[in-house]
Amino acid sequence: MDKTVEISRRGLLKAGALGGMLVVGFQWSGKARAAAMPASLAPNAFVRIASDNSVTIIAKHLEMGQGSYTGLATILAEELDADWRQVMVEAAPADAKRYNNLMWGPTQGTGGSSAMANSWKQLRQAGATARAMLVAAAAQQWQVPAAEIAVAQGKLSHASGKQASFGDLAALAATMEVPKEPKLKDPKDFKLIGKQKLPRKDSKDKITGRAQFTQDVNLPGMLTAVVAHPPRFGAKLKSFDATTAKQVKGVVEVVAIPSGVAVLAHGFWAAKKGRDALKLEWDETAAVPQGTPELVAQYRALLDQPGAVASKTGDVVGAFKGAAKVLKADYYFPYLAHAAMEPLNCVMRQDKDGVEVWNGEQMQTVDQAMIASVFGIKPEQVSINMLYAGGSFGRRANPASDYPMECAHIVKATAGRHPVKLVWTREDDMRGGYYRPLYLHRVEVALDAGGQLLGWRQRVVGQSIMTGTPFEAFGVKDGVDATSVEGASDLPYAVANLQVDLHSPRLGVPVLWWRSVGHTHTGYAVETMIDEAAKAAGRDPVAYRLALLDKHPRHAGVLKLVAEKAGWNQPLKAGKKGEKRGRGVAVVESFGTFVAEVAEVTVRPDGSYKVVRVVCAVDCGIAINPDVIRAQMEGGIGFGLSAAMHSAITLKAGAVEQSNFHDYPVLRIGEMPRIEVHILPSDAAPRGVGEPGVPPIAPAVANAIAAATGKRLYDLPFKLS
Amino acid sequence: MLKLSINGKTHEVDADADTPLLWVLRDELGYTGTKYGCGMALCGACAVLLNGQPTRSCSLPVSAVGKGKVTTIEGISGAPARAVQAAWQKLDVVQCGYCQSGQIVAATALLAQKPKPTNADIDAAMSGNVCRCATYHRIRAAIHEASAIMAGKASDKLEA
Repeated sequence: MDKTVEISRRGLLKAGALGGMLVVGFQWSGKARAAAMPASLAPNAFVRIASDNSVTIIAKHLEMGQGSYTGLATILAEELDADWRQVMVEAAPADAKRYNNLMWGPTQGTGGSSAMANSWKQLRQAGATARAMLVAAAAQQWQVPAAEIAVAQGKLSHASGKQASFGDLAALAATMEVPKEPKLKDPKDFKLIGKQKLPRKDSKDKITGRAQFTQDVNLPGMLTAVVAHPPRFGAKLKSFDATTAKQVKGVVEVVAIPSGVAVLAHGFWAAKKGRDALKLEWDETAAVPQGTPELVAQYRALLDQPGAVASKTGDVVGAFKGAAKVLKADYYFPYLAHAAMEPLNCVMRQDKDGVEVWNGEQMQTVDQAMIASVFGIKPEQVSINMLYAGGSFGRRANPASDYPMECAHIVKATAGRHPVKLVWTREDDMRGGYYRPLYLHRVEVALDAGGQLLGWRQRVVGQSIMTGTPFEAFGVKDGVDATSVEGASDLPYAVANLQVDLHSPRLGVPVLWWRSVGHTHTGYAVETMIDEAAKAAGRDPVAYRLALLDKHPRHAGVLKLVAEKAGWNQPLKAGKKGEKRGRGVAVVESFGTFVAEVAEVTVRPDGSYKVVRVVCAVDCGIAINPDVIRAQMEGGIGFGLSAAMHSAITLKAGAVEQSNFHDYPVLRIGEMPRIEVHILPSDAAPRGVGEPGVPPIAPAVANAIAAATGKRLYDLPFKLS
Repeated sequence: MLKLSINGKTHEVDADADTPLLWVLRDELGYTGTKYGCGMALCGACAVLLNGQPTRSCSLPVSAVGKGKVTTIEGISGAPARAVQAAWQKLDVVQCGYCQSGQIVAATALLAQKPKPTNADIDAAMSGNVCRCATYHRIRAAIHEASAIMAGKASDKLEA
């Protein structure tokens, strides 16, 4: 985002003693260092080693299922040579200076599959620093040269037989000089990173029901708030009558807030009954008028008109004039809700010092500033207690901070009389907006007589996610939101003549990033069309792609690996009588990670189908936790299958038609394929895995269905019969 | 006042008869391991055992519980439950974890009835439990692992 990143990485180290604890951390700027020096015992740190021998790693990123706590702990524990069993993870407070995402500039947040990538050097240095200070302490205590001291699995030792635990030396180590450039390990010496199975740090609490989510917070005197929202996007409250609502047992207060009317009660059930008993009148004059059919018609018209140019090389018009064959297809991608298992919620309490928040958030410091603006206080007066999020997939990374702001308005409207737990029902969550935008694509491909790619023209129509947010400044250039065209504007396949353009209609339906963002649709359009091109050329889909990926060896690497592991060159086993079987492939790079997937599909005589097996190959650079990487590929494939097979949000006159899992179906266990994940060994710096498993699955399945039936699918979710 | 048997303990609660058991468990009694996901018995996050049968607490009025014995994630015990939790930990099934109390309750009920379930048994018994992280692949494997644990082929102890 800005140059802060580079400057920050050269930040100075500091340390201080806190009780028997060694505290190590980074100071990011001279000004901040000066201000923070007297407060050197403050927890602006990534690791804390206590005399009880516990190693606490402070996580600046949200754990929403993607394994960030385990990954962050692995990086630091590796350089520290800690015993995995002594390592605990604690959530960092919100602080843009100490805990910013180094890939985002001065913002703390989790997204874009960046947690490992931006923490890699930072946490290795933090761990190595702590290790060096423990070694220095042992050297002093034992009167031996530091170079003769070994550290392994949380123990320091010397050939003389002397031994100590981290806890034994923590207090003395805190008085040692902080090394400016601690020596990092040679990757060949890694003992934790890349090892097959380090148990997740959040596993036990999540299988015993003890893990704390926002939904589980219960503060003394707390009331639960359920809010009546407008029935259509853009509608506003005209008037309300709370007489009946207030008669519901347990209802304490009813207040109007900018986003609707909040009913506060003792417990969720009373609050919901109260909310449902409200008599509401809405001003719908500014409401979104269109339904999905009208929007699609409007977008289709735009497909015929040139848009803002996102990418242009060569002479596309000339390429199409000279083409022996032209392929053309229009694609439809619906709005999608994130529909995380934990419906949106937020807990907030106001006191004389400021506001305290309990939540699992992807953008702590954005939310912090937005909440502060409601109360007219400083961001640092808003403290955030980070809890696990029960999924998010981008939804809790909202630049508009919609649900934390709503909670803040409720607390403000009730003058801070009660701590408030805002709870959205599933229906509120599904109808609350901030969807993956609806997109149409038109892709046209020019081929020569031999089937070689001459030209590629792609037009994208859909709302911009970044326009109107603080991210617009760096994410939108010349009318092009990079997240609308990523994966197409930087098409990996070699083609001399490429043009990608974009229409970004403005509309009052709130939109947001949804696990893998632009790649959710560009990956589909590109990977199904290149498959059509291969077919038109009479070539094998893997070989055709490989021939166009000379300049993209990492795409080629995962493609070759997945083909080998899937047995691509062996015939697919036949199905039962009447069944058609097919195999399809797709490869997509997103967020610096390369993933190829092969899907095997069985299509039954009645047109129903099953994805039987998926083989996945991933190159995410150095594999920090192979088992977490496998889990994210498995989960990403399942998440992508929900969208491919089932899910769509549709509108009728600006009102959402779906409400819960019966009309917004998602993948269930019986539809989950067998999955095999293969990790390509790499010594490149690690990148993320939370999102990149998603984009290839829908096109791989579509290509498999086409291989089985000859039918190409251009609309999502798929309809075969 | 209603008397409820939860995890072997009797609780007296003052709740409207139509209040779903889920909200009595969570808001009145502090058993927050049982989760709210959909409120319509569509997702299984709220699953508890009622007399050993997996039951959707979000859609069961508390007045209908009567003398039934309710077991939540905090109270599950016995060989199938221990095996399921040990298998879940061994295979690191969880991701966000929000649905997992319900998954574990459902898997426990399955194994109590069918100690050696097939994939088809698993898909049938677990199809009411949604996981948006799509940990299904590991849920299936973990139920087979739990079955092996129950047969004495591996330990049912949880790691610290």
